[in-house]
Amino acid sequence: MQQRLQHLLGIEELTREQITFILDQSKPFQEFQKHPLKKLATLRGKTVALAFFEPSTRTRISFATAASRLGADQMNLQAESSSLKKGESLIDTVRTLEAMRPDGIVIRHSSSGAAEFVAERLEIPVINAGDGTHEHPTQALLDALTIRDRKGTLEGWNVTILGDILHSRVARSNILLLTKFGARITLCGPAMWMPRELEGLAPNVRRVARIEEALDGADVVIVLRVQTERIHEPALAPEEYILGFQLTENRLRLAERHALVLHPGPMIRGLEIDPTVADGPQSGVLEQVTNGLAVRMSLLYQLVGRAPADAPHPAKEKSNAAD
Amino acid sequence: MLLIKNGRVIDPASGTDATLDVLVDGGKIARVGANLSGTGGAGSSGAETRGEMLDAAGLVVAPGFIDLHCHLREPGGEISETIETGTRAAARGGFTAVCCMPNTQPVNDRASVTRGIVERAAAAASVRVWPIGAASMGSKGEALAEIAAMKDAGIVAVSDDGKPVATARLMRQVMDYCRALELPVIDHCEDASLFAGGVMREGPRSMKLGLKGIPAESESICAGRDVELAALTGATLHIAHMSTRGALQSVRAAKKQGLRVTCEVAPHHFTLLDEDVRYDSNYKMNPPLASREDRDALVEGLADASVDAIATDHAPHHPASKDVEFDRAPFGITGFETAIGLTLGELVHAGKISLPRMVELFTTGPARVLGISRKIAVGEPADLTIFSTEHAWTFRAAETASKSRNTPFDERVFRGGPMATIVGGQVVWRREAAAKARS
Repeated sequence: MQQRLQHLLGIEELTREQITFILDQSKPFQEFQKHPLKKLATLRGKTVALAFFEPSTRTRISFATAASRLGADQMNLQAESSSLKKGESLIDTVRTLEAMRPDGIVIRHSSSGAAEFVAERLEIPVINAGDGTHEHPTQALLDALTIRDRKGTLEGWNVTILGDILHSRVARSNILLLTKFGARITLCGPAMWMPRELEGLAPNVRRVARIEEALDGADVVIVLRVQTERIHEPALAPEEYILGFQLTENRLRLAERHALVLHPGPMIRGLEIDPTVADGPQSGVLEQVTNGLAVRMSLLYQLVGRAPADAPHPAKEKSNAAD
Repeated sequence: MLLIKNGRVIDPASGTDATLDVLVDGGKIARVGANLSGTGGAGSSGAETRGEMLDAAGLVVAPGFIDLHCHLREPGGEISETIETGTRAAARGGFTAVCCMPNTQPVNDRASVTRGIVERAAAAASVRVWPIGAASMGSKGEALAEIAAMKDAGIVAVSDDGKPVATARLMRQVMDYCRALELPVIDHCEDASLFAGGVMREGPRSMKLGLKGIPAESESICAGRDVELAALTGATLHIAHMSTRGALQSVRAAKKQGLRVTCEVAPHHFTLLDEDVRYDSNYKMNPPLASREDRDALVEGLADASVDAIATDHAPHHPASKDVEFDRAPFGITGFETAIGLTLGELVHAGKISLPRMVELFTTGPARVLGISRKIAVGEPADLTIFSTEHAWTFRAAETASKSRNTPFDERVFRGGPMATIVGGQVVWRREAAAKARS
């Protein structure tokens, strides 16, 4: 049996087996989203602290919904209303939250390493919901689940990642996860956002300057958001970005015929992605959102519920008798 | 009267490296020679009853170590360090004189602040405190600081440390002015636009950690600027806490041209690498930990005399200010008490430099930067550093004399370290247990 997860801080420290287990455990939660009554009692009486020190809509709602559907109560801390505005330090803020005895904490923070910093200082499980430009592990897991569903397996795909790679925690986590499953990664974007060191993140990572070459033979295309709030310089005119790197229908034709298109959201239609591609048959964007719920339920169940690996799956309990 | 018996006296100025006794009287060195009795000095009869003996057999006796670069935080930063606590840590580290940078609050940019430091040091310091004045008012990079007045009050050099002298134009003016005043100009070399909010050296590790990188060129471009201006003005330029091969190349070229350009390297920069950085703010300092290539170049420079001094850049920060997210933590680590141990371990025992060369890097090297002499000779002030090359000990941040504990070297085991520190003939610190245990 595998090592039990204490925290989810990043993809880097996970083994293939741990990732596969998380994805397998997510499957029944995927089915569960189709139930008319979306409420389990698995985490009844447990409390999950959602500490979002950086503005977030979709990830926060996804975690909150995942916790609700597992029956957990929530403590919410949002950057806009938090005591951080009053100058309180991160460690004091999370210790205050911990003193209210939550059973786990989900943290989003603009500093790389913030989740690890908190995990080293608190007793409860910590889930990283994005730390600076370091990692966004739940995004990579939900992307992996989407790829595995759509393409039948997670093994050995040619994956092209487009956009501002340097400033993207999504790109880092995806590179780390997919290369554990034999992916060949092609990175493409404006050259100043694609430093050489990216190739050292994992085996089989290469940088390609032209989008046409980057898309050639791609099985999966991950389009990154152009993160206007994280980029200070150099400012690049949108027209310049569109000219070089927008994923258009024509460009997508260079990829494999059934290439899957993913985007972590929020999308800026007409900037990094052509609307017809975003809404087209190859797009997995909405599945990503649903899968995000399943993956996050799976993680909360494992980390906050502290269920043994061989326990009967909560979303399966009712149907098990019939199987 | 103090007699230091049977030490290995290493005095770079005279080239001495021999087992000798040193007799100290009236705060000065009275005699140096073999088998001194403590009463034997001509004209010093009757001293025997008051005499104290320090058995230095198996230990190195060197001229007092000088630290060209530290932050004592007083005035204004007493929550992190004071002149009293900082110099106690310096004494425990084997330093007999420390040069404190002017980035206090207020900045040491005028004679009144300098005098305050000098007076406080006279009252509370364990070792000699040699203040460094700011180059510009408030170190803001605009108007020149009151450099001549500060010189009268006791500064030994000028620097806007913590940041570079902001513009080439100002640097030229500072250099011109300081050449006439015979003061060295010390620069913290950094190109602000390349630095751009970085928190560690740019490279594979910064990429992996998602931390904003500072390219090595940030330092070397500024060092290149400064060397050219030193050539233009004829000033004495000293490059602080040098961490890159590029800056070292500039210094080498300058020395070859005969310019008065010197540089220092901090122990953490030859001990740790950028790849050691973790999400722990004790690994955050400026300049940041270097790449392996740059570190190897620094070690070469330390060995071949391109580097003039080892300086600690002792930068205490109160725990509350360091126990934060990496990118929000202030730069800097403490350094007094680990400097000798790290130099012995990383350079001497590792076979990179000789023991006399090490002594030079802490004595005549920094003295040359300041334009003073440093030697063990009759009539000289009895500032002496006694250290062991073999004594096994463990550095514990909890036991430091500093008010701060921001160090990546907590619990590090050392082979060799300071044993006694003598300032003006007074033993200001002595490793007690060790002195008893050894025999």
